[in-house]
Amino acid sequence: MKVENQKAWYFVMPVLLLVAFNALIPMMTVVNYSVQETFGDNLFFWQGLDWFEKLLRSERFHAALGRQFLFTGTILAIEVPLGVIIALAMPRKGFWVPVCLVTMALPMLIPWNVVGAMWNIFTLPDIGLLGYVMNHTLGINYNMTQDPLAAWITIIVMDVWHWTSLVALLSYAGLVSIPDAYYQAAKIDGASAWSVFRFIQLPKMKQVLIIAVLLRFMDSFNIYTEPFVLTGGGPGNSTTLLSIDLEKMALGQFDLGPAAAMSLIYFAITLLASWLFYTLMTRNN
Amino acid sequence: MRKRNWIVIIYILFLLLPIYWLVAMSFKTTGEILSGFSLFPQTWTFDNYRVIFTDPSWYWGYINSIAYVSLNTVISIAVALPAAYAFSRYRFLGDKQLFFWLLTNRMAPAAVFALPFFQLYSAVGLFDTYWAVALAHCLFNIPLAVWILEGFMSGVPVELDETAYVDGYSFPRFFITIFLPTISSGVGVAAFFCFMFSWVELLLAKTLTAVAAKPIAATMTKTASSAGYELGLLAAAGTLTIIPGAIVIYFVRNYIAKGFALGRV
Repeated sequence: MKVENQKAWYFVMPVLLLVAFNALIPMMTVVNYSVQETFGDNLFFWQGLDWFEKLLRSERFHAALGRQFLFTGTILAIEVPLGVIIALAMPRKGFWVPVCLVTMALPMLIPWNVVGAMWNIFTLPDIGLLGYVMNHTLGINYNMTQDPLAAWITIIVMDVWHWTSLVALLSYAGLVSIPDAYYQAAKIDGASAWSVFRFIQLPKMKQVLIIAVLLRFMDSFNIYTEPFVLTGGGPGNSTTLLSIDLEKMALGQFDLGPAAAMSLIYFAITLLASWLFYTLMTRNN
Repeated sequence: MRKRNWIVIIYILFLLLPIYWLVAMSFKTTGEILSGFSLFPQTWTFDNYRVIFTDPSWYWGYINSIAYVSLNTVISIAVALPAAYAFSRYRFLGDKQLFFWLLTNRMAPAAVFALPFFQLYSAVGLFDTYWAVALAHCLFNIPLAVWILEGFMSGVPVELDETAYVDGYSFPRFFITIFLPTISSGVGVAAFFCFMFSWVELLLAKTLTAVAAKPIAATMTKTASSAGYELGLLAAAGTLTIIPGAIVIYFVRNYIAKGFALGRV
């Protein structure tokens, strides 16, 4: 049992100070901007909640938010089942286990802009491997700098490439924690492969799968660098996800007020998801 | 059984193909790249790598990246250790709320913080230094380290602490000579994850640096846009950024899942 000890606060103090410095001051800056209008030269005017109202009604924000949910929904629908299937198919012991683990983790350790650049090189119509095979071997007209659908498919395939391993590795960790006795009992009962999955493997994977889904939800919701390097949000605005739109507004057009209001709404959505994450994760502890 | 193996083999091939293409590209001459498609480099060249290792604006990018990543890892682990111990051993006022608040920072979109971070670190005079990036990355790495370490520490029975105190150990002596060695794999995993997330992040690193502390990733984006199509050079630089991760990953392969689950598998 944990002991009650208020002196533990001294232990958390360094963490608290460092994270608060990084989290609270910038957050207050954002709040500050979100209720003011500026014309440069450090001249600010009180604006109240106008930016929030305008933003919540603006087509542009709705479009970006819609694209974001479409992106996150699509990658979750692909990565979660695919990750579970791969985890089930992975070897449990022997030489190939470390080989699988290391190669599968590799994409996650590549800097995000290199991931974007790599996929750019991979998909160039006449030079890239994928682009060449699509255009010249299979005869499918594929050019993601011009065709919005091709751009969408490319960023989704890129994310599946980048992060499916996360789901697979987490599910695998859940699977290997199942004692052999469970499988032996199932064999004696004559259980089918499906019932083994449904009644033994899935319940054991549930906890890690919740973590995987929510991590993927949040990280894909915050995604910026990879699609920015790969498509730049284009063609047109077709792959301008929430973060890319925010950066266009804040650093591109320097519309600080609307960008700050958008940041806060954006952060509120992530916060809600974090709370859900925390509740689900700590419920069984 | 055989069908299962094919699933894994196809998946791993799918993972390796873009990486193969990047590496193959880095050994081709610009002329070969632009003249058309070739599955293997026709004339092997190390020129792209030679440029990176001799041009200071390139190799300093790597030095800068490694400098702030290491600094960040050291800071994150150093402050996370006592905090994680407190969370795993004691109840105190507001502990659950604090723990949750830390997690929200792991989830915060970096894009939200880019501009305020720029202003904050300019105001305190740290802009374009290793410290700026290392401290900024603490925003998501400290929560991560606290969570992972807490997970590992909770697996150590409290009896260990109690026995040590009965034997007359002071807290610092117990923590350093007994407790740290016990959770050394946890420290390794937490350090690995701090290293990794600081290494792959670009948005904040790019926003907080200009010249002196510019990360390799930012050098690459500049090349991609300004110098036109120096694809071979870009590919070589990209290949070199994969190597550090590929080396360290072998040592933590059995703990990757535990790290991603924030110490909770």
